[in-house]
Amino acid sequence: MDDFLPRALLGGVGVALTAGPLGTFIVWRRMAYFGDTLAHSGLLGVVLGTVLGVNPELGVVATCLTVALALVVLQRQHWLATDTLLGILAHTTLSLGLVTLAFLETVRVDLISYLFGDILAINATDLYWIWGGNLLALGVLAGLWRPLLAATVHEELARVEGVPVFPVRLAFMLLIAIVISVAMKVVGILLITSLLIIPAAAARRFARSPEGMALLASLFGCAAIGLGLWASLRWDTPAGPSVVMAATTLFLVGSVIPSRSRR
Amino acid sequence: MPAEPLLTVENVNFAIRGNPILLDVDLRVTAGEIVALIGPNGAGKSTLVRIVLGLLHPDSGQVRLKPELRVGYMPQRLTVADTLPLTVQRFVTLGTPAPRERVRTALTEVGAAHVLDAPVQAISGGELQRVLLARALLREPDLLVLDEPIQGVDLNGQYELYDLISGLRRQRGCGILIVSHELHLVMAATDHVICLNRHVCCSGHPDQVARDPAYLQLFGIEGVRTLAIYHHHHNHRHDLHGAVVAAEHDRDG
Repeated sequence: MDDFLPRALLGGVGVALTAGPLGTFIVWRRMAYFGDTLAHSGLLGVVLGTVLGVNPELGVVATCLTVALALVVLQRQHWLATDTLLGILAHTTLSLGLVTLAFLETVRVDLISYLFGDILAINATDLYWIWGGNLLALGVLAGLWRPLLAATVHEELARVEGVPVFPVRLAFMLLIAIVISVAMKVVGILLITSLLIIPAAAARRFARSPEGMALLASLFGCAAIGLGLWASLRWDTPAGPSVVMAATTLFLVGSVIPSRSRR
Repeated sequence: MPAEPLLTVENVNFAIRGNPILLDVDLRVTAGEIVALIGPNGAGKSTLVRIVLGLLHPDSGQVRLKPELRVGYMPQRLTVADTLPLTVQRFVTLGTPAPRERVRTALTEVGAAHVLDAPVQAISGGELQRVLLARALLREPDLLVLDEPIQGVDLNGQYELYDLISGLRRQRGCGILIVSHELHLVMAATDHVICLNRHVCCSGHPDQVARDPAYLQLFGIEGVRTLAIYHHHHNHRHDLHGAVVAAEHDRDG
C-alpha cells in the first residue's frame, strides 16, 4: 500500500498547527473576508508562478502580498467601503487567474485540485514546503505575538505605547500569504479560510487566554484533519471538503456541550 | 525659573480634505499641571489629542515633547471583541509587561483591584475607565493624556474619577491633559482651561475662562447653567462652519 495517507496527515497537521494561532487573530480582528480575498488571489499566483518558471508557492505569496498592499492603497479613498473593495479584489483576481490560465495552452494546471485541495496527492516536496513555510510562519508569529495582540485590542493605544503598528500589520499579512500558499494543497483556495476560522471559532468557548485559544485552535484543526481524512476514506468523499465538514462538526459539538468557563 | 514644558503645541493647523479642523492652535502642559481641553462636539478636541500623541501630523505648526517623555494615554472608547478571551490583568499588561503584583498595585491605586481576574468584556463602563487609567499609570508616565475619561460613567463615578485624577497629579507630579465636555467637573479640578472650537476661543485659569464671553458663546445654555452668575458680551460668533465672524451687536446670552 502506498504511504499517501501518512503524507496527507503530516501535511494537513503542518498546516493546521499554524492555521490555529493565525486564525485566532483573523477572528479577533474580523478579517475573515480579507483572508478569503487573499486566498482567491492564490490561483492567479499559481498561474504566474508557473508561467514565470519560479514555483507556484512563491507566486502565491507574491500575489497575496500585492493584493494586500493594493487594498491598503485603495482604502485611502473614502467612497467605497472595505468589504466592497475586498469583493472587487477577490473576484477580479480569481477571474484573472482563470482567464490567464485559458491563454496559456502549454501550461497544464489541475484547476480542481487548486480550488478544492488535493491532500491525498501531497508528495515529499510538498511536505518540505508545508513544514518549512509553517514553521517559519509560526516562528515569526511567536515574535510578533505581543505587539500584534496589543494592536488587535486597540491600534492607537498600541501606537502610543510604542508598537510599530504598520510594520506589524504588514508582517501579519505576509504570514497569511505564506499560510495560504502552503495550505492550498490541503483544502484548496476556496476553502482555506475555513481552516483558519472554524477551529478558532470552536476554541473560543473553552479558552481563558489568547494563547490558550490559539493552542486549542491548533488542536481542533489537527483533529479536523484526522477526522476529515478518515471520513474521506471511509465514505469515499472529497478530502478537502471532508476536512472542512469535520471542523464544522467539532465546532457544532463544542457549541452545545457545557463549558466550565463563564463566558 | 519656570520648568520646561512637557508638551508645547504651537500654531498647529490641520485640515481634512480642505475642511479646516484646527486653526493656529497653541497648547502647553507643564509638570504637575492639569490642563483641560473643552469644546463642543466637532470642535477638533480629539484631532488635537491625536496630533499631540503623534497619531496625526499637523499640516503646519509644531508639536514638541520634552526629550524622553513617557506618555500615558487613555483613549475615548475601547471595546474588546467578545471573541478575544482576555482578563483585565492581561489587558493592563499589553502595553507594559509587569508582574501580577505591580498590576494589582496599579489597579488598587485607581480603585479597581477587584476586577483583576475578570474578563475585560465583563466589567462595567466605570471599571473599564479605571482599568484604562491603570494601564496608563503602569507606564510611569510624565504626561497623562485622558480623552473624555468620564464618558459613560454615572455622576457619582464622575466625581470619584476626578478626585482620583487630581490625586494622581499631587502624588506623581505628572502633567495631565484632559479632554472633556463635562464643564462643571473640569472647571473645578483644573489649573488651565482651553476652550476649543477649531481655534482657541479662550484660555486661562478656570475663573478667567468662565468670565470670557467666548466661553458662554461656545457653550450656550449649558455654560450659563454652570456659571449662571457671569454676565458677558460676545466678541465674535461662529457661522455654520464654525468659522469666526464678527458680532454686529453685543447681546447678552
